[in-house]
Amino acid sequence: MEFTRSLFRGTALSAVLLLAAACGTSSGDGSPAPGASGFTPPKIAQLAQLGAGEGAVAILAWPGYAENGTNDPAVNWVTPFEKQTGCKATVKTFGTSDEAVTLMKTGGYDVVSASGDASLRLIAAGDVAPVNTALIGNYADVTGFLKDQAWNSVGGQMYGVPHGWGANLLMYRTDKVDPAPTSWASVFTDAGTYAGKVTAYDSPIYIADAALFLMNTKPELGIKNPYALDAKQLAAAVDLLKAQKPNISEYWSDYLKEVQSFKSGNSVIGTTWQVIVNTATAEKAPVKAVLPAEGSTGWSDTWMVAAKSAHPNCAYQWLNWIVGPTANAQVAEYFGEAPANQKACALTTDKSFCETYHAGDAAYAAKIWYWSTPIPQCLDGRTDVTCTDYAAWTRAWTEIKG
Amino acid sequence: MTLQDNRRRRLSARLTRSPRTRLALLLSAPLLWLGLAYLGALTALLLTALWSTNAFTGAIERVWTLDNIRTVLTDSVYRTVTIRTIGVAALVTVLDAALALPVAFFMAKVARRRWQPLLVAGILLPLWASYLVKAYAWRSMFGGGGLIDWAGAPFGIGSPGYGLTATVCTLAYLWFPYMVLPIFAGLERLPDSLLEAAGDLGARPGRTIRTVVLPLVFPAVVAGSIFTFSLSLGDYVAVEIVGGTKQFLGNLVYDNIGAAGNQPLAAAVGLVPVVVMIVYLFLARRAGALENL
Repeated sequence: MEFTRSLFRGTALSAVLLLAAACGTSSGDGSPAPGASGFTPPKIAQLAQLGAGEGAVAILAWPGYAENGTNDPAVNWVTPFEKQTGCKATVKTFGTSDEAVTLMKTGGYDVVSASGDASLRLIAAGDVAPVNTALIGNYADVTGFLKDQAWNSVGGQMYGVPHGWGANLLMYRTDKVDPAPTSWASVFTDAGTYAGKVTAYDSPIYIADAALFLMNTKPELGIKNPYALDAKQLAAAVDLLKAQKPNISEYWSDYLKEVQSFKSGNSVIGTTWQVIVNTATAEKAPVKAVLPAEGSTGWSDTWMVAAKSAHPNCAYQWLNWIVGPTANAQVAEYFGEAPANQKACALTTDKSFCETYHAGDAAYAAKIWYWSTPIPQCLDGRTDVTCTDYAAWTRAWTEIKG
Repeated sequence: MTLQDNRRRRLSARLTRSPRTRLALLLSAPLLWLGLAYLGALTALLLTALWSTNAFTGAIERVWTLDNIRTVLTDSVYRTVTIRTIGVAALVTVLDAALALPVAFFMAKVARRRWQPLLVAGILLPLWASYLVKAYAWRSMFGGGGLIDWAGAPFGIGSPGYGLTATVCTLAYLWFPYMVLPIFAGLERLPDSLLEAAGDLGARPGRTIRTVVLPLVFPAVVAGSIFTFSLSLGDYVAVEIVGGTKQFLGNLVYDNIGAAGNQPLAAAVGLVPVVVMIVYLFLARRAGALENL
């Protein structure tokens, strides 16, 4: 079959040539280099005025941020939104900030709830558009200290609306862990006590948790900000995590996986979010969570609009809805975080909720180390060294997991 | 006779006269599909591996570089993970072959003829259930207070927990039918008269199996091993579910695409199983296994 073979060879060759021609070397599309938030985001126009809704909106959210009743029929603020605006909402959840950034690049989503370690990357890549806050009625009620922050604005231009903030907690099985933990040492230096039953968050950003612990226990390393680590400090954090690894049962990024492994007792202690504590408690797992003495890493989230959103008007309506007092109060109570909208505090079912979560307490909020993207220009202001960037953290994380 | 009929007739006459045109028309569509969809995808993989990403924005920068391939070849993490993945895939294959040989021998040579279709159906039955359901079933068996804890409790044995043991067991279970079927087919082709002849010449069952059955069925085992080995090599879902903290090549690809957004590095890692499989298929071809598929 000489003929078939040559025909085959010809097809294969032309396919290769076609592809090579289509993909040839180009110098990228001028994506900006990282600067100490001094980068210039691509010019993207913000929405000038609101029009009629497009009838649909695609939401990319942290689990627990856009509940439509499928997880718990009583927890639903998406359906009322659909009824009020006529925008049919589709919700996709993600487990890590990296996943959110990757998904936003694929397009197809109108809005995203971005944490500080995703927001600036999205802005710099031109994946999200500036937000015209004048078009969002509820923006006026958002707590002042959340507006115009380094992680949600560039050059005085807001790129989204603040949603809420909170701290990563230490969860433990009350029947297996005694005495109750008070320090992150339980999962780092003393992890051996619960060998094979410790869990940790499966993302390079978890390195900051180790750095925060070192900041408190090893002052000689001189860590001032867990997201600004020079090579030596990163190496120390990596060593701490490598020593922790033999005691890990499994890393989690899927929050339901963590719920399940605490329920079965495969994990008895580890980092968590309040929403996981709530879900596990609802499933009768004997768990509790504490904010350890060293403080904690945490998140301050922003709802952003995709630069290429196919439904910008519905997207703005979602932003307005989700930071509105009713929905904001529901999300805050379900997810377990401080709501961004001051008026939400009056609408929570637990009247002392905002007090518990220190909503509106700027001094408390300043103590949490919010997730942010490590960049070569040290975030703690040091200029005599180059800090390790997120690519280095990602490589380190692969190395830690081995 | 209309003009159209005339034209048709002329076309069919021309096709009858020229077998090459006929063949070209017949084969062009599937070959184009193979070329574009299959080889094209492989080429795209190779090309992507030669690009890089912006560390901050994660955007792909289309500048040729060998950095990713160099990282995969020189970084000790990737070597460890590659060795672990190949080791587990080999272990799964050996385990499956050891279990499948007696089962297939029973089905082909011992069981009555009319039971054979039922036995084959029984082996195929697990394939009807979803992969995920089966993997999660193993997760709960290996979990705290699961079946293994419970069964081992009287003997003081606890579940080994999630990790390599659980992964090997789960994968061996998942791919078992793919090993049984080729061996069963190979044994079916083995004439009973050979076994009888061996017996008549005084060989005991053990010797018959060693000197007659195994050499003849070996290509079928290699054929089955291609399935179990390649499926284990690329698996990451079962590893994610029961693998504990362990990473496989598939997980590195998944993490780099799904989480880190580093497609070029993922493509470079993805080339490793491609190379391993090319070597494996080359060896399998020398064992004469490809005629047994």
